[in-house]
Amino acid sequence: MNAVTIPATPSAAVSAMPLRRVLGAYLAEARSECLRYLRAPGFMLPIVLFPTLFYLMFGIAMGKSEGPDIARYLLASYGVFGVMSPGLFGFGASLAIERDGGLLTLKRALPMPPGAYLLGKMLMAMGAAALVILLLLGLALGVAHVVLAPAQVAALLATGVLGVLPFCAMGMFVGTLIKGQGAPGLLNLIYLPMSFLSGLWIPLPMLPKALQQIAPVWPSYHLDRLALAAVGMEQGAAWPHLLVLLGFSAVFLALATRRLRRFG
Amino acid sequence: MNETTVARLAAAVKRYGPLTALDGVDLAVRRGELLALLGPNGAGKSTSIGLLLGLIRPDAGRAQLFGLDPQRIEARRRIGVMLQSANLPATLRVGELLRLTMSYYPNPRGFDETATLAGIADLLLRPYGKLSGGQQRRVQFALALCGRPELLFLDEPTVSMDIDARQKLWAAMRALVAEGCAVVLTTHYLEEAEALAQRVVVLDKGRVLSEGSVDDLRKRVALTRIRCVSDLDADAIATWPNVATAVREDGHLRIATAQAEAVVRRLLDADPALAELEVQRAGLAEAFTELTRETVAEQEAA
Repeated sequence: MNAVTIPATPSAAVSAMPLRRVLGAYLAEARSECLRYLRAPGFMLPIVLFPTLFYLMFGIAMGKSEGPDIARYLLASYGVFGVMSPGLFGFGASLAIERDGGLLTLKRALPMPPGAYLLGKMLMAMGAAALVILLLLGLALGVAHVVLAPAQVAALLATGVLGVLPFCAMGMFVGTLIKGQGAPGLLNLIYLPMSFLSGLWIPLPMLPKALQQIAPVWPSYHLDRLALAAVGMEQGAAWPHLLVLLGFSAVFLALATRRLRRFG
Repeated sequence: MNETTVARLAAAVKRYGPLTALDGVDLAVRRGELLALLGPNGAGKSTSIGLLLGLIRPDAGRAQLFGLDPQRIEARRRIGVMLQSANLPATLRVGELLRLTMSYYPNPRGFDETATLAGIADLLLRPYGKLSGGQQRRVQFALALCGRPELLFLDEPTVSMDIDARQKLWAAMRALVAEGCAVVLTTHYLEEAEALAQRVVVLDKGRVLSEGSVDDLRKRVALTRIRCVSDLDADAIATWPNVATAVREDGHLRIATAQAEAVVRRLLDADPALAELEVQRAGLAEAFTELTRETVAEQEAA
């Protein structure tokens, strides 16, 4: 073992960090977050498989008799369904488990630049959302022969990649409420009923009147409106839905950061 | 703050509900020293480290790292950390974890140099989750030292390591101290503190019980152990002057005393057939037991 000498530098110079290295740390953190989940089939498979299988069964196999609009409609709805889970689980469940396992504590003790950990998780969730949308688009265009303009494809992809963010904020809040393995269970209790009540599984007009009326309470309802608009099935103005989703993200982000600061 | 002090707690108090984890602790870590923090479970060791790392905030008093608030990233860029438990991402390879942690520091140690120093050069391509407990601790040690820290926090670093790995870690710690890196070490293994520490702080129930060199601590308990084979009655010996304790264990007589010479002379006179005589100065373990027992006795008396 070789002894190594540390040059006696003045302490100010030691702790100064060039901007390039700080940015490099953000990049390294994001890369690690993406890599570790890409390599975890227990995490990636459910996220990718559920929406694509549902779409194959209900949108394509069973929807054939109903005409091409069903495949187009369900592309948007299952897209939203598929985008919610990387946000809720990729962000929320992993945060809860890592708070429990001591990883977050270690990261807070290490000189990781502020927010790099959460930013990394956010990028990972956005990447997973993009993957789900691309797979569904592949099925819709290739198997169901849904006709979409390139602009519509791009709009749906953007809706998915940005639409994951409110659910990241929500997952983050839940991840700060409970620690450890209890989080996935609670998140499923939010995820599945909310998907149903927003008309992601069964189109809203087919649900009871009362459920239709409370649907605007759920963020997934608003994201679904935007996704339907992206594939040309919704004509109304987009901005009210955008505002609701923005407000929803801001509130949950604020609640979650407050809890993280207080309780770590 | 003194130029040579790298981290300090000043009259630090931390309460968790009705429980007072730290009750006015003063602690200073000097540049380049290895300071061992000893104490039974619940003594306040981890709370002290948590305060110095800025993970928790004191209810009263102050915690400082390089004269700064420990939550300032400028202060934390000068430290390395190995916590008691940290489930690192299981699917990342050891080399990836090392590169990630290096990226946090302005002037990290070289990749290969870190791997060699921590003894993980053969593990770099393995996923972290596939390693044994001892190997994982070695990786965590590598992450702690990769930033070329001036102050290293090691919380129970050698738990679940085999003897060989422990010896290697000790050697690495000595090399770091020789470089001028200060180390705060908490450990349950007293021989570890005895072998490595320049200074020992003993905590119990949130207070500093004693502070000084290993020799100082031993001197506080001026007991010597005598062991021999003899038919003499242990209970009778326990009543002799200067005998602290006398017990019979596995056919051996074990005596603790502050006046070994006088007691040995009397033993030899009393039993000419006495055999296998051993006289040994108390180690840190005895000193430590003695110290923490005193506070229990005091509290029971109070």
